[in-house]
Amino acid sequence: MDTKKLYEKLSNRLLDLEKLPKLKEEKSISKHLDEKGVSRRDFMKWATAITAMLALPASFTPLVAKAAKLSDRLPIIWLHMAECTGCSESLLRSDAPTIDSLIFDYISLEYHETLMAAAGWQAEHNLESAIEKYKGQYILMVEGGIPSGDSASFLTIGGHGKTGEQSAIEASNNAAAIFAIGTCSSYGGVQAAIPNPTGAVGLSKVTDKTVINVPGCPPSEKNIVGTLLHYILYGTLPALDAYNRPKWAYGQRIHDLCERRGHFDAGEFVEEFGDEGAKKGYCLYKVGCKGPYTFNNCSKNKFNSHMSWPIQAGHGCIGCSEPDFWDTMGPFEEPVANRLYDTVFKGLGADATADKVGVGLLTVTGIGIAAHAAISKFKNPKEGEE
Amino acid sequence: MANKRVIVDPITRIEGHLRIEVEIDDNNVIQKAYSSSTLWRGLETIVKNRDPRDAGFLMQRICGVCTFSHYRAGIEAVEDALGIVPPLNAKLTRSLMNMSLFMHDHVVHFYHLHGLDWVDVVAALDADPEKAAKEAFKYSEAPIATGENDLIKVKKRVKEFVDRGQLGPFANAYWGHKTYRFTPEQNLILLAHYLKALEVQRDLAKLMAMFGGKQPHPQSLTVGGVTCIMDLLDPSRMGEYLTLFKKGVDFVENAYQADVIMAGKIFKDEPSVTQQAGVMNFMAHKEMQLNRSEFLFDSGIIYEGDLSKVFDINEDLITEEATHSWYADDEALHPYDGKTNPEYTGFRDMDTIGADGTEVHSKVIDEKGKYSWIKSPRYDNKPMEVGPLACILISYAKGNERIVPLVDDFLAKTGLPKAALFTALGRTAARMIQARAIAKYGLEAFNTLIENLKVDQDTYTSYKIDKNLEYKGRFIGDVPRGMLSHWIRIKNGVVENYQAVVPSTWNAGPIDALGQVGPYEANLIGLKVADVSQPLEIIRIIHSFDPCIACAVHVMDKKGTDLGTYRVDPNYGTSC
Repeated sequence: MDTKKLYEKLSNRLLDLEKLPKLKEEKSISKHLDEKGVSRRDFMKWATAITAMLALPASFTPLVAKAAKLSDRLPIIWLHMAECTGCSESLLRSDAPTIDSLIFDYISLEYHETLMAAAGWQAEHNLESAIEKYKGQYILMVEGGIPSGDSASFLTIGGHGKTGEQSAIEASNNAAAIFAIGTCSSYGGVQAAIPNPTGAVGLSKVTDKTVINVPGCPPSEKNIVGTLLHYILYGTLPALDAYNRPKWAYGQRIHDLCERRGHFDAGEFVEEFGDEGAKKGYCLYKVGCKGPYTFNNCSKNKFNSHMSWPIQAGHGCIGCSEPDFWDTMGPFEEPVANRLYDTVFKGLGADATADKVGVGLLTVTGIGIAAHAAISKFKNPKEGEE
Repeated sequence: MANKRVIVDPITRIEGHLRIEVEIDDNNVIQKAYSSSTLWRGLETIVKNRDPRDAGFLMQRICGVCTFSHYRAGIEAVEDALGIVPPLNAKLTRSLMNMSLFMHDHVVHFYHLHGLDWVDVVAALDADPEKAAKEAFKYSEAPIATGENDLIKVKKRVKEFVDRGQLGPFANAYWGHKTYRFTPEQNLILLAHYLKALEVQRDLAKLMAMFGGKQPHPQSLTVGGVTCIMDLLDPSRMGEYLTLFKKGVDFVENAYQADVIMAGKIFKDEPSVTQQAGVMNFMAHKEMQLNRSEFLFDSGIIYEGDLSKVFDINEDLITEEATHSWYADDEALHPYDGKTNPEYTGFRDMDTIGADGTEVHSKVIDEKGKYSWIKSPRYDNKPMEVGPLACILISYAKGNERIVPLVDDFLAKTGLPKAALFTALGRTAARMIQARAIAKYGLEAFNTLIENLKVDQDTYTSYKIDKNLEYKGRFIGDVPRGMLSHWIRIKNGVVENYQAVVPSTWNAGPIDALGQVGPYEANLIGLKVADVSQPLEIIRIIHSFDPCIACAVHVMDKKGTDLGTYRVDPNYGTSC
């Protein structure tokens, strides 16, 4: 679609949104920003950044700004399944829009067990009435894997002993859009790692509705907020990859956007944590970095308001936004090529394991990368350096 | 008349899935209380047979709130097993990250999780901002975010919110409950800090992300040390740590401390805040390395609230049992010898009191049988409370010169007796005192690290895992919710057995074989509930423990495979 057509399409979408009943009384965004001491310039700067992040042309910035203003039309229900609350915590780190403005001024968070004041029967009532009141309009965000089928009772919520699986299905049925926030909700996550004792699965396995996956352990606050704004803008699903991840965020390999990529190309590797190479920021492939096999935008957006990301902190990527990464990417501190043979997969070799688990990591790329690392000049940093 | 049953599920504003059930008599006094975790994930089963170097990363996913605690515990348990001593730089870097966690965790807990048990949001609408701005000066010389203009804005925001009837996360709570004690002005001050704290916690989290790559779930610890040497050698990075840390100190001193003191004064005669703790045995482990040899907090045990005697911890006396937990093997075992097979028995049908005060058909736990995914840990067969309160009491009883003045200062400012420490208020105050202690002394670790880096840049100790040897080791420390221990066995180069004995397990576990209740349940018994359909007092007491239920829930193997039991012989071998 050419830019002009797309612009038109998004504009029309926003016009439609504007016609929706407001959840709140009118309050102009500029007035609100003034009150918060945010200048219009700052707001537009933020909108520009989001526009770039969503891979839209800069001319779309006014649309993104408008979308942010219209986000109050969309109530949000957030469910907790088998999880560690890391994804909610990640959302709390969001710096733009700030979480307090999210709660108070932008979105209407109807149900969120970590943040909501109500508990017990009252909490259950909030959930039921939000589903009823906003039928077909609300956005459902789910955090955590879902113990399913015969194992569903590994998670129950509420005074009626309802299983998490039931709650997730019921909330999915009437949602306008469904986002699986984090690797657990996307693919089952850590509790679904071999031997998956609770039969945990991703959200898309328990509902037949389309689920947009926003994986990561946890995903960056930017990817969570970006996915929401993308939906507001388009009103349709973003372009998704084979694992239903938005391409704007998960379209490129960590390895291809990595700040240490030059060192990889030059054959300069950290051979052991803490060595001279580590002090110089060399490539972490030989200490197990899974960047070549992982699709995400961590190096671009980083975490905690651009503070850092794992590779900057000197540790390899562990592949946390890939399906089954606990089983396919371990051991995390060994290159894929040197996997232990006596692992959780009961003595199968690495190649067999990858096939068995269903993700062939040792593709041509993988082999090429391993070979490149192997033939690179082996420098022992401890020699001749005082 | 027979007792009535009340269920509170979900308990919100905690980490994880927790159900509390109580039985009340005709006077609304709680006669019996049951704490039940309703989620099991099984991470300790999943970590078996994996590379020990991965254990920390997997265990980290127990919890995204205390995101650093289980990561470090998993890494250090392996270090202990392999006999590795990380370099001083690595130890101190871990301290710096840990300090970020404590301050962040406690601020978020007080304002966003526990705060709404103290603050009546709707009552704040009657506040006079001018009066409230003056009120704030009673509790701090340099109040934060409570100038008259700030408060006018906060009030306006909340008013718009309430007028719309769109309360969002504040909907359907217990506003107007008679155990809320603050004046409208005091409510407004706390509400302003609720919003300010959302900002501050982001900065406190950055302190960890700086050396960890991200928060939650940092990624720079490795068996043998830390990987963030580039950040440590970057002066601008270190400068940034200092700047953000000082911002945190300001908030801890002038908002967090002020608000807890205000709560202590105003709520001093509210039973759900000042009722004496139900379990008076406390246990804590030394924590927070400040320099080459000293730690900020002390180890020890006190029994029956007696501050005059502190006993040493004997790790061999720690056991876990499952009499009332959904596992088949009831007997009390040491964590090295954990044994767990599932036996989920579910709920039974019964009428309980619903939201409108009438009976509603519900699913309740079977208190005579098994009723929780949490086990019951015991020390020398006794229940123990762990947590910031235990940590502060033990440091205080030991005469820790950094902690004693802070405790005395709190007692002096509130005019409360020492007995007031052994309460829900004491737990809340102890968190604040921990945060203050870190704010005050934490930079010792920072300065020691800077000095040491000038002469020594080691961040990693090399090691080898011999596949032909068997290893066992453990981590013990005190994390934001109390004493944590991880126990590991390594065989054939992979994890053979793993057990985590977690703070919330000590506090939230069910009744044991001797019929002794744990801290959550014990603290609810005898409590009078003003309005059965609005169990705010129950929530207030439970929140005072800062539950982290995902952490507390235990290992088992669904297929009923015996996880193997071991008798440890003195020669370090095992026999199955």
